Amino acid sequence: MTAAPDGGRRRRKRRGERTVVPDAEFTSYYGKPILNTPEWKPLDIGGYFFLGGLAGAGSLLAAGARLTGRPATARAMKVSSTVAIAASTAALIHDLGRPARFVNMLRVIKPTSPMSTGSWLLAAYGPLTGAAAVCDVAGVLPRAGDAATVGAALLGPAVATYTAVLAADTAVPAWHEGYRELPFVFAGSASAAAAGTALLAGPVRENRPTRYAALFGAGLEAVARRRMESRLGMIAEAYRTGLAGRLMRSAEVLTAAGALGGALLGGRGRPLAALSGAALVAGSACTRLGVFHAGKATMADPKYSVVPQRERLRARREAAAAVDQGRGSGPPAA
Amino acid sequence: MTHSHDAPGPARTATTPDTATATERVGFFTDTSVCIGCKACEVACKEWNAIPEDGMELTGMSYDNTQGLGASTWRHVAFIEQSKPLVERAEQQHQAEGEQEGADVFALAAQGSGSSELRWLMSSDVCKHCTHAACLDVCPTGSLFRTEFGTVVVQEDICNGCGYCVPACPYGVIEQRPHDGRAFKCTLCYDRLGEGQTPACAKACPTESIQFGPLEELRERAAARVEQLHRAGVPDARLYGHDPDDGVGGDGAFFLLLDEPEVYGLPPDPVVTTRDLPAMWKRAGAAALTLLGGLAAVFAAGEAIGGPSGPNGRRHLR
Repeated sequence: MTAAPDGGRRRRKRRGERTVVPDAEFTSYYGKPILNTPEWKPLDIGGYFFLGGLAGAGSLLAAGARLTGRPATARAMKVSSTVAIAASTAALIHDLGRPARFVNMLRVIKPTSPMSTGSWLLAAYGPLTGAAAVCDVAGVLPRAGDAATVGAALLGPAVATYTAVLAADTAVPAWHEGYRELPFVFAGSASAAAAGTALLAGPVRENRPTRYAALFGAGLEAVARRRMESRLGMIAEAYRTGLAGRLMRSAEVLTAAGALGGALLGGRGRPLAALSGAALVAGSACTRLGVFHAGKATMADPKYSVVPQRERLRARREAAAAVDQGRGSGPPAA
Repeated sequence: MTHSHDAPGPARTATTPDTATATERVGFFTDTSVCIGCKACEVACKEWNAIPEDGMELTGMSYDNTQGLGASTWRHVAFIEQSKPLVERAEQQHQAEGEQEGADVFALAAQGSGSSELRWLMSSDVCKHCTHAACLDVCPTGSLFRTEFGTVVVQEDICNGCGYCVPACPYGVIEQRPHDGRAFKCTLCYDRLGEGQTPACAKACPTESIQFGPLEELRERAAARVEQLHRAGVPDARLYGHDPDDGVGGDGAFFLLLDEPEVYGLPPDPVVTTRDLPAMWKRAGAAALTLLGGLAAVFAAGEAIGGPSGPNGRRHLR
C-alpha cells in the first residue's frame, strides 16, 4: 500500500443463506457506528420488557383463573402481576439519567411517543392490578376487587405488547425492521412467562389452563420469531450471533422445554410443574435480554444501517429507472 | 459565493427578532468541498455553548480525534483519506472546458508524485434539525421541541434522561452525557438566533464551508454550487439532506458531499422511525388481541377438557 488507508473501510458481508442484499460491499467511516447507543442498562431495559410482559399476561391469567374458579392461581397471579409491574416501573426509573424527574413522563400526553403512551398505560394499569391483589389478599371489597381484576386483564395485553412498539419505534435495525413481528414475539414470551409463574405458584389441580397457556405462548413466540428473522434478512444475523445469539438460543431451548414439560408432566406433581414453570420464566427473560442485545449489536455496527439502506436505495432507483423507460413493470420500490 | 451569511434576511435586526424572522425556517448548508479541516467550528461550538471536555484520544483516523457527534460534540469534522482517481478525470474535464486556471493546479498535483491519486475529504457534521425529527417525536416528556426557527432543541430543565431520543435518531446525533444522564445536542445556537446572530460554528468558519441562513435560500445556493462543481469537473459532488421528499422530510442542516454519505459516517437513506408508528400500533393491537384471545381459549379448553377439581370446585361468574 503506497496510498494512505482508505478512510471508508470496505468489508465483505458474510455469506448467508438469506441474501436479501446481493451486493456484499459496504462502506463506513472507520467502522464507526451510524447510530448512537443510549445508556440503557441491559438488566433495566431487558427486565422492564420481561416484567411488563409477565405482569400483563399474568393479569389475563388471573382473570381467567378467577372466572373459572381457580382461586389460588388467581391470587398468585394478581400478586405476581403487582410485584412485576412495580419492579418493571422501578427498573424504568432506575434506568433514567435523572430518576428524580420520573414524573416528567406524565408531563405531556404524546401519541407519537410509545414511552409517553406506555407511561400513561402503566399509570392506569399499575393501580388496577395492585387493587386487585390487595382486595384478594386482604379479603376486602370483593366486587371492587373483581372489577379491578377485569380492568387489569383488559389493559394487560396492551402492557405486554406496547414495549415491542417502544423498541421498534427507533432507528435500531434489529428492532425497527422487525416491527411487524416483534409485538407477537413479546406477546408469546409474555404468555410463557406468566404461565411459568402460574405453574410455579399455583396448585397442580388448577394448572390445566396454565399448561395450555405455556404451549400457546411458546408456540406464538417461536412462529413470530421465525417470521421476523426471515423478514429481517441480513439483520437477522444480530439475533443469531454473539451474546444476543446465545440468549436467543437459550430462550428457545428453555421455552420449548418448559412448555412441553409443563404440558406433559406439569399435571403430575408440584416439582415437575415448578421446574417447567421456572424454565418458562427463564426462557422469557432470555428472549427479552436477547432482543435487547440484538438491538445493541445493530446500533454498534454500521453495516446493519448501511447495507439495508443501500439496498433500499438501489431498489428504488431501479424501480424509478424502470418507470422512466416506460416499461412500468420493474421491481417494486422498497 | 458572495452572499451575506451573517444575516438570514434583510428583515433581521441585530437584537430584536421580529415576526418575519420568527416564522422563517433557518438552517445550515455545509459545503464540504471547501472545508479545510481547521476545526474552528468544533472549537467555536464548544466555547460558545460551554460544552464540557469529552476525552482526548489519538485515534489514528487521519486528523480526526473527535470521532463523532455526541452529547458533548455538536460539530464534528470528519477526515477521509482516499486513493481515488479523481484528479485525472477532473484534469481532462478542465482541459476540455478550457478552464486553464483550475487545470494548472490539478496538472501540478498529478505530476507531483506517484501518490497523486490521494484525495483528502473533510466534512463538518452537525445535527440535521430534521423536518420530521424522530428524537422530538419519541421524547416522552416534551423536553425536545421545535423552535420558532424550525430547529429542534432540548430543554435541559425538563429532560429526565430516559435516552429514548438516542436510538431514535437515524443519524446518531443526540446522546446522553455520562454522569449527567440528560440528552444533549446542537441547538443551532438557539440563544444566538434569538439575538439575530449567526450560530457560532458558521461565524467561525473561515472558508464559508458552513453557511447559515433561511433554508429556502440555502437550498437554491446549494443547487447552484453543485452545478458549478459538476461543470468544474467534480462529478462526485452531490447534495445530502436537501430533498424535502426524503425519509425525514428534508434536513434543516444539509450538506454537499464528494462521496457516498456512508463514507462520511452518514446513513445513505435515513427514515424517521415514527413514519411507521401507526403500522406498529396496528401490529401491537393485533398481537394484544391474539394474546387476549389465546388465553381466553386456553381457559375455555381447560374447562372443556378438565375443569378444576378440588375443594373449591367450579365457580362460574358468567
